Amino acid sequence: MADIRLEGLVKRYGKATVVHGIDLEIADGEFVVFVGPSGCGKSTTLRMIAGLEEISGGVLKIGDQVVNEYEPKQRNIAMVFQNYAIYPHMTVGQNIGFGLYTSDLPKAEKQKKIAEAGKILGLEDLLDRRPASLSGGQRQRVAIGRAMVRDPAAFLFDEPLSNLDAQLRSQMRIEIKRLHQRLGKTIVYVTHDQVEAMTMADRIVVMHEGRILQVGTPTELYEQPVDVFTARFIGSPSMNLLPARASDGAIIAGGAKIGGVPSRTGSGDLLVGVRPHDLLVGEASAQAAMALKGIVTVVEPLGSETLVHIEVDGAPAIATAPAKQVPAVGSTVDVWAAPGSLYLFDAPSGKSLGRL
Amino acid sequence: MTATVPSTEFKFNTSSIRPGRIIAWTVLFIGGVIMITPLLFMFSTSLKSAGQVYDLRLIPAAPSFDNYVKVLSDGRFMRWFFNSTFVAVAVTLSNVFFDSLVGYTLAKFQFRGRYFIFLAILSTLMIPTEMLVIPWYLMSAQLGWIDSYWGIMFPGMMTAFGTFLMKQFFETVPDDFLEAARVDGLNEFTIWWKVAMPLVTPALSALAIFTFLGNWTAFFWPLIVTNSRDLYTLPVGLSSFAVEQSIQWEMIMTGAAIATIPTLLVFLVLQRYIVRGVMLAGLKG
Ligand SMILES: Nc1ncnc2c1ncn2[C@@H]1O[C@H](COP(=O)(O)OP(=O)(O)O)[C@@H](O)[C@H]1O
Ligand SMILES: [Mg+2]
Repeated sequence: MADIRLEGLVKRYGKATVVHGIDLEIADGEFVVFVGPSGCGKSTTLRMIAGLEEISGGVLKIGDQVVNEYEPKQRNIAMVFQNYAIYPHMTVGQNIGFGLYTSDLPKAEKQKKIAEAGKILGLEDLLDRRPASLSGGQRQRVAIGRAMVRDPAAFLFDEPLSNLDAQLRSQMRIEIKRLHQRLGKTIVYVTHDQVEAMTMADRIVVMHEGRILQVGTPTELYEQPVDVFTARFIGSPSMNLLPARASDGAIIAGGAKIGGVPSRTGSGDLLVGVRPHDLLVGEASAQAAMALKGIVTVVEPLGSETLVHIEVDGAPAIATAPAKQVPAVGSTVDVWAAPGSLYLFDAPSGKSLGRL
Repeated sequence: MTATVPSTEFKFNTSSIRPGRIIAWTVLFIGGVIMITPLLFMFSTSLKSAGQVYDLRLIPAAPSFDNYVKVLSDGRFMRWFFNSTFVAVAVTLSNVFFDSLVGYTLAKFQFRGRYFIFLAILSTLMIPTEMLVIPWYLMSAQLGWIDSYWGIMFPGMMTAFGTFLMKQFFETVPDDFLEAARVDGLNEFTIWWKVAMPLVTPALSALAIFTFLGNWTAFFWPLIVTNSRDLYTLPVGLSSFAVEQSIQWEMIMTGAAIATIPTLLVFLVLQRYIVRGVMLAGLKG
């Protein structure tokens, strides 16, 4: 069993606390992605799980054992690094086999495992080559191969794709996901790229400044962000946030009144969130939850649709227009959002107040 | 991490000949001539007979290999040659091992007093050898190391310079390489030996060349610490040709000419590792 439990995990460097007591349960076979901006403590948390970083406080369990004091090897966990860390003085086959350096398997058995990993990763023909002659994607596969042959209880990935170009990245995303389905092993994956998190994860852990903000499936995070940070971090382009005020049981945003107001509208200062894909350019339909006017500042035709950057009452926002409709810059357009597509936040605290 | 690989390749094409180049080439050429002239005279003299030594023509009137036959058939010379080889090889191996072990520790581990130890090692670089010879000698005398191989070798078995050099190189080895091995369960010694060392072969080669050459040509300390002729190293032995009877220049030059062969070999074998920058190939593309 390789469920991993973090109980109040803390990391301090001298006086600075960089991870502030993290609680998380990762089920056996689950693909969990830690996502958050650079410097929020993702790598530190992962390295504590791996045993590369001492744990300053809290408890780390793998299976039902407390492993705080275990050496990396004893934790039976494999890790793939951002820089691949494959050894230039060894061939691809030797690099993959290096994962078995300390294993007592007979040589033939090791060779079999190397060949098998090579096959799964499409490296069969490269086993005798040196890393220098490989592409970035192939190098990353070698690193994954080295982790695979050990048959570990769990795989840890630290930003494994951030050195690849965009196209290769989307290809490797799918490969890693497929590998997870095939091997069925627990994966803890760290990235600052929300697209990677959304596309790969069973569950996403959003981190910010050394704390977990929210844990949930990609859909949960997208549909029910707990605060402004998560709301803006998940989804691309980012959610629009319009300053709003609650008064007399109604909400005024962008100079317009919003219908269907819930009872708990908080203190008064609010933010109304709407995703660019839900803010449509055109005449508002009768049931629209919100209808605004905006001045077009930039248009981005994407082929399937057009992203229209507008200014609503001084606040920037992005709306979507059908493909063939490209409004002129400087013109005024009507935009609207359907009921159920609005997110309401308390402005001072950033906390979610629910959907409209 | 962004790593740029400095290009070590030298490309020559006519469009790149600029005035600066011409000046540089001229200076290098003059420097080369100045360096090689004594070597040419050494070879030239080694081909002359005793009577022709002061005839300073570069091409000897009657070149012959008689001196080589004489030197090589002289048992003493072979003995000194062996002594020098043994000492230089042993000290070089010791430096390659210990300098890099200490350099690696200083570069890659955090521990109390690390900075102080590094400074202490560095500070020994400021003490000239001449000042150390007396304490070395007194120490050797007390410990019975005078007139032994160990006596010749011990001061150089580890050097501050080598430690410093290796520390600087190990600092360029990305931690990911080492941590990947750590997660795979290798012990720290194996990580150093199997992972870190192969990544710094250019530095190891440079260190080996410098150490070998330094010890091969060392004169002062071996002269002081050895008494019996059987323990002389080549430079000490050759110089003894000069104090006996009269100075036998043709013999000294012949011995010196033979003595350059190992240094050339060491350099030719190891220098290609210096030029080849292997390390960064394993990182991101
Ligand atoms: N060895 C260290 N000493 C001091 N601070 C560190 C050390 N390593 C990381 N940090 C700090 O810890 C914080 C989290 O780092 P990290 O986990 O690498 O972030 P992330 O991977 O999310 O980008 C950062 O603010 C970083 O500066
Ligand atoms: Mg990181």
